[in-house]
Amino acid sequence: MSASNATSHASGRETTEGTVYTVTGGDWDEVVEQAAKSDDERIIVNMGPQHPSTHGVLRLILEIDGETVTEARCGIGYLHTGIEKNLEYRTWTQGTTFVTRMDYLTPFYNETAYCLAVEKLLGIENEIPDRASVIRVLLMELNRMSSHLVALATGGMELGATTIMIYGFRDRELILDIYELITGLRMNHAYIRPGGLAQDLPPGAVDQIREFVKKMQKNLPEYDKLATGNPIFKGRMQDVGYLDLAGCMALGATGPILRSTGLPHDLRKTDPYCGYETYDFEVPTADTCDSYGRFLIRLEEMRQSLRIVEQCLDRLEPGPVMVGDKKIAWPAQLALGPDGLGNSLDHIKKIMGTSMEALIHHFKLVTEGFRVPPGQAYAAVESPKGELGVHVVSDGGTRPFRVHFRDPSFTNLQAMAAMCEGGQVADVIVAVASIDPVMGGVDR
Amino acid sequence: MSESNNGNNGNKSNNGNNNGVNPEKDLGTQNLPGQRGDHGEEIRVQRGMFGANNGGDTSGYGGLVRSVRLPGASSRPYGGWFDEVADELEGALEEQDLLPENAIEKTVVDRDELTFHIAREHLVRVAKTLRDDPALRFELCTGVSGVHYPEDKGRELHAVYHLRSITHGRLIRLEVSAPDDDRHVPSLVPVYPTNDWHERETYDFFGLIFDGHPALTRIMMPDDWQGFPQRKDYPLGGIPVEYKGAQIPAPDQRRSYS
Repeated sequence: MSASNATSHASGRETTEGTVYTVTGGDWDEVVEQAAKSDDERIIVNMGPQHPSTHGVLRLILEIDGETVTEARCGIGYLHTGIEKNLEYRTWTQGTTFVTRMDYLTPFYNETAYCLAVEKLLGIENEIPDRASVIRVLLMELNRMSSHLVALATGGMELGATTIMIYGFRDRELILDIYELITGLRMNHAYIRPGGLAQDLPPGAVDQIREFVKKMQKNLPEYDKLATGNPIFKGRMQDVGYLDLAGCMALGATGPILRSTGLPHDLRKTDPYCGYETYDFEVPTADTCDSYGRFLIRLEEMRQSLRIVEQCLDRLEPGPVMVGDKKIAWPAQLALGPDGLGNSLDHIKKIMGTSMEALIHHFKLVTEGFRVPPGQAYAAVESPKGELGVHVVSDGGTRPFRVHFRDPSFTNLQAMAAMCEGGQVADVIVAVASIDPVMGGVDR
Repeated sequence: MSESNNGNNGNKSNNGNNNGVNPEKDLGTQNLPGQRGDHGEEIRVQRGMFGANNGGDTSGYGGLVRSVRLPGASSRPYGGWFDEVADELEGALEEQDLLPENAIEKTVVDRDELTFHIAREHLVRVAKTLRDDPALRFELCTGVSGVHYPEDKGRELHAVYHLRSITHGRLIRLEVSAPDDDRHVPSLVPVYPTNDWHERETYDFFGLIFDGHPALTRIMMPDDWQGFPQRKDYPLGGIPVEYKGAQIPAPDQRRSYS
């Protein structure tokens, strides 16, 4: 790897387009210096798929001229796990355990979108208990904050701002503690089920969330102090990753990217679900079309989410969290046992000892699942990244015939080329961070 | 199918009204597998119950025959703003000297959703009209989702598009089909560039070829992958797992109730 041996990390290969040198390893300055000697040659840089600033396993293929990116392409699929195919071999209820793993930073959105679509197919949208909808909104808004916190934290870290990273993960941890209390898990919850929720909020959850809201109201201004007015932060982010409204529409970009162009498009307002029309909140926008605008929008959205969370807590009324239809709702009564959460022993005793029909029903519903009338449905929610749409098709069986997720990360990532080409290599990192792609969602 | 059901009903004392009335329509449909009756569009005939057709079936369910039907074409009025969109679309197509009945194969209204089934050769023109007509303005395409109906002969592969109008706050669905031996659908990338990756994904998983796509290559699977994994004739794979002494078959080998 010494400078004297210039060929040690560049091997030549003849191709139809002329000699191609593959350069790996070595000191970047040396590589650039050598490249500068033959400035009429194209240099293709592979960033990733194992690069720390590419949000998982994203591969960026950059064609550069000096420090300028002339062409940028994404290579994706490194995290493809075939979830959509797998769903076709499980029951509709088991589906939630799969979809929650897609975009692993927004599990409650995946679950809710999927469940809304299944409920639409079942025709039970209007029978979902209020309490279940309120808890769904509550969890989704907490999830919006935890997702945005990761976006801010990793985005800051990629700029070299480690303080904001520590702060972001500190606050996210508070939210993950709430998830853990409510669902038992920090991620991959499978808590929201077709028809309602797996179980009600545990004792103490409301108090812990109230405490969190108080703490978060104190912590949120810290991000402003750290970053919003920070000249380095602004210098790195302003006018970087530019994508205007026409570009967003053409490329299908939604979420903070679209709202940074000034269009207040938010499905919670334009196509409300789960009763969002009854909550009081604003849709923040910016008119800068750049990474800085998206950063400001994410910050403001967290404040709005806090407002919604407070409203949810105020309107939580006791009641069922699952539809009354016993053909859909799992009969299980969950309780905390010595080996974790599971079927309540009292319930098992009752159905085993007193009601053979209940036992059969329980067994059939859990092993076989419920049938969903044939047809197709599309349900969309406003995830922290944009429009998360679910297209489900049923053939009348107990398993989905087809489930397709329109993941916002997947669609928004297409805009990477439009944001990065013509810019600096260092700005690619900022632009990708402002898209906030999560490869679990992109590749599914 | 109806004969066998009539026979069963004859045994039940409380169901004596099956003369002249289709019992399938009168039974509580929510308890029965699939959509019953003769309405809708048949996509498949299901035989048996558990997906197993070898070995002795003593349950009697092995002889079950039922047709799987998706919601069929709707007739006017569609209700709500659906009629307005349909009128505008038909009018706009007529202005372009394209007979709407040639382009729109059928219109389905189901579960408060409007679906236009479009003849594939007219897809691009229809999409462009939907995007550009001021009364329609479906600016945002949320991508394409493929569906494989292996037994729907001549229309095995479907491409489903959801279009959103931010101007009017509406959402509609376009559906095109292609036969398995001619898997071509025109690309919508010239109209909605966002479909670039979505069409690559659908090609990757279903083998649908989007004519006119700038670079239709695999996107999720490795470039040298054989076959199209989301097709119904492509096995899920997996290996049986031993659990507490019993062999649990792979998910696609398990008994199914569909």
